[in-house]
Amino acid sequence: MSVHIHDYPGVPLKDRDIGDGRVLTTEWHVKAQYAWDTGAALSKFFRGLKEGKIYGRWCPGCDRVMVPPRMFCEWCFRPTVRWVEVGDTGRVNTFSVSYVNWDASRSAVPRVPAVVELDGASPGMGIMHLLGGVGDTLEEILGRVKVGMPVQAVWKPPAERQGAITDILYFAPRPGGEE
Amino acid sequence: MGYQNRVAVVGAGLTRFMRRAQETGKELCFEAARMALDAAGLRPRDVEAVVMATAPDVFDGVHMKGEYLADGAGGFRKPYMRSFVGGGSGVFAAIHGWYHVASGHFDTVLVVAEEKMSSCLPHPQAAFNGIYDQFLERPLGVNLLWIFALEMNRYMQVHKIPQETIALVSAKNKKNGLDHPCAQDGIPGDYTVEEIVGSEVMVWPVTRLMVSPVTDAAAAMVMVSERVAKRITDKPVWVKGVGWHLDSSYWTNRDLYYPKYVEYAARMAYDMAGITDPRREIDVVEAYDPFAYKELHHMEGLLLCDKGEAPRLLDKGVTQRNGELPVCPSGGLLGVGNPIAAAGLMKVAEIFWQLRGEAGARQVSRPVRTGLAQAWGDLMQVGTVVVLGV
Repeated sequence: MSVHIHDYPGVPLKDRDIGDGRVLTTEWHVKAQYAWDTGAALSKFFRGLKEGKIYGRWCPGCDRVMVPPRMFCEWCFRPTVRWVEVGDTGRVNTFSVSYVNWDASRSAVPRVPAVVELDGASPGMGIMHLLGGVGDTLEEILGRVKVGMPVQAVWKPPAERQGAITDILYFAPRPGGEE
Repeated sequence: MGYQNRVAVVGAGLTRFMRRAQETGKELCFEAARMALDAAGLRPRDVEAVVMATAPDVFDGVHMKGEYLADGAGGFRKPYMRSFVGGGSGVFAAIHGWYHVASGHFDTVLVVAEEKMSSCLPHPQAAFNGIYDQFLERPLGVNLLWIFALEMNRYMQVHKIPQETIALVSAKNKKNGLDHPCAQDGIPGDYTVEEIVGSEVMVWPVTRLMVSPVTDAAAAMVMVSERVAKRITDKPVWVKGVGWHLDSSYWTNRDLYYPKYVEYAARMAYDMAGITDPRREIDVVEAYDPFAYKELHHMEGLLLCDKGEAPRLLDKGVTQRNGELPVCPSGGLLGVGNPIAAAGLMKVAEIFWQLRGEAGARQVSRPVRTGLAQAWGDLMQVGTVVVLGV
């Protein structure tokens, strides 16, 4: 603020202002429903997940194998031309340890979001997913998980797969993987 | 880049930052806009066009929110436009105001930025969910903190930066915020690094005191052509450069340790301002700090230091108010509050007040002629930069 301004407008409310009825409120509860078609690239990708396979897409312009796959290359701005099956193994690019759920409520047991670079995709081509089998406390997880660590997908049983990103339950440390 | 008019900032206004304001969004806009006009010595009828910046409609549950807010922003029977680039909107609004005037189309433009985040219950984080990829990310339970935490950890890993060093940003900005008359209750404070690192772990490595709060507020600024500026003020602050740049929304496909899009936005602004050595030529900086590490990340993107060097400058006290390169002397989002679009415009306003020497207790020690405000947003992908000078 400027030293020439002495009056700052705005009245902060406390919960009790609303509780005591000093301030009136009006509520609206929205229930919106959507169904999105997965599109050309992700349809193939999700069908692949159902079969336990991960597909990327190759661009002849920049020679990248891209995951998640897309029908066009945003760098070269031309169509991608070929499906490439990549591995369900890879390395941790970065990770975090989350005690906060999607709606800002808290969870007692943390989840471990990570960016995983898949083997067979071009370098730097990560996907966001979760790590699992790495402990239940912050100390355990930080002791166990390292950037660069080799991991492998842990899949849902085939009968339970739905053609969704959650067909991979999580990525777990890869036994015998070189650090 | 060619343009018709030089553009000056001649007044700014700001409401108090609050967790929950009694005022509606329209009322907040009105208060900030009126203050900015009063500060500039102008009347509503002098305003030829109005620019509005505000976040997604879903935060407020008011669709076409720009139209809803128009009357409060003085947009009635005037050319009125809303711009939105996520968290980058507040600084982008100043850019939007700049090109309205620079184009020669208008001489006097009112820029208003508003956010009323408290209406969304139980927490606007849930409304944020709609910004993530509905196929690949939402089914995993993603929230905003995840993405920041992933980026912060990548930055820490690449440059071997301890969490304690990053906590110094919170300590500095929260302390600076103590001198800001609009700071949100409970947000500024005198905190030790131990308290910051030891506060509630939200999404490691982000703790509660390393993240900015939910806030209601509005900010406003008046931007005019040289012709009008010379008539109404002896202390115009000139827009020297503007820049903005967008990266890919495939955020997991690029290395999060460095914000290249901020660099490109900065280069665009520096080119326009004729700045060839930003480390020597920029005197005061309001870098975008919704999370503690972001200030450091952005200093590097703004080419104010080498990659990985920002933590060292912070540690040496260079970025304190009395340092050689003060960063976030206002207190920033960590020390004042984070009403998204209004927070960005608050940063531009702070540089305006610093360059005028009107910042009072927040005034930086070194003489200042050139300052920079920057914001970041969209899906980890947009940089917006404004360079002001006297």
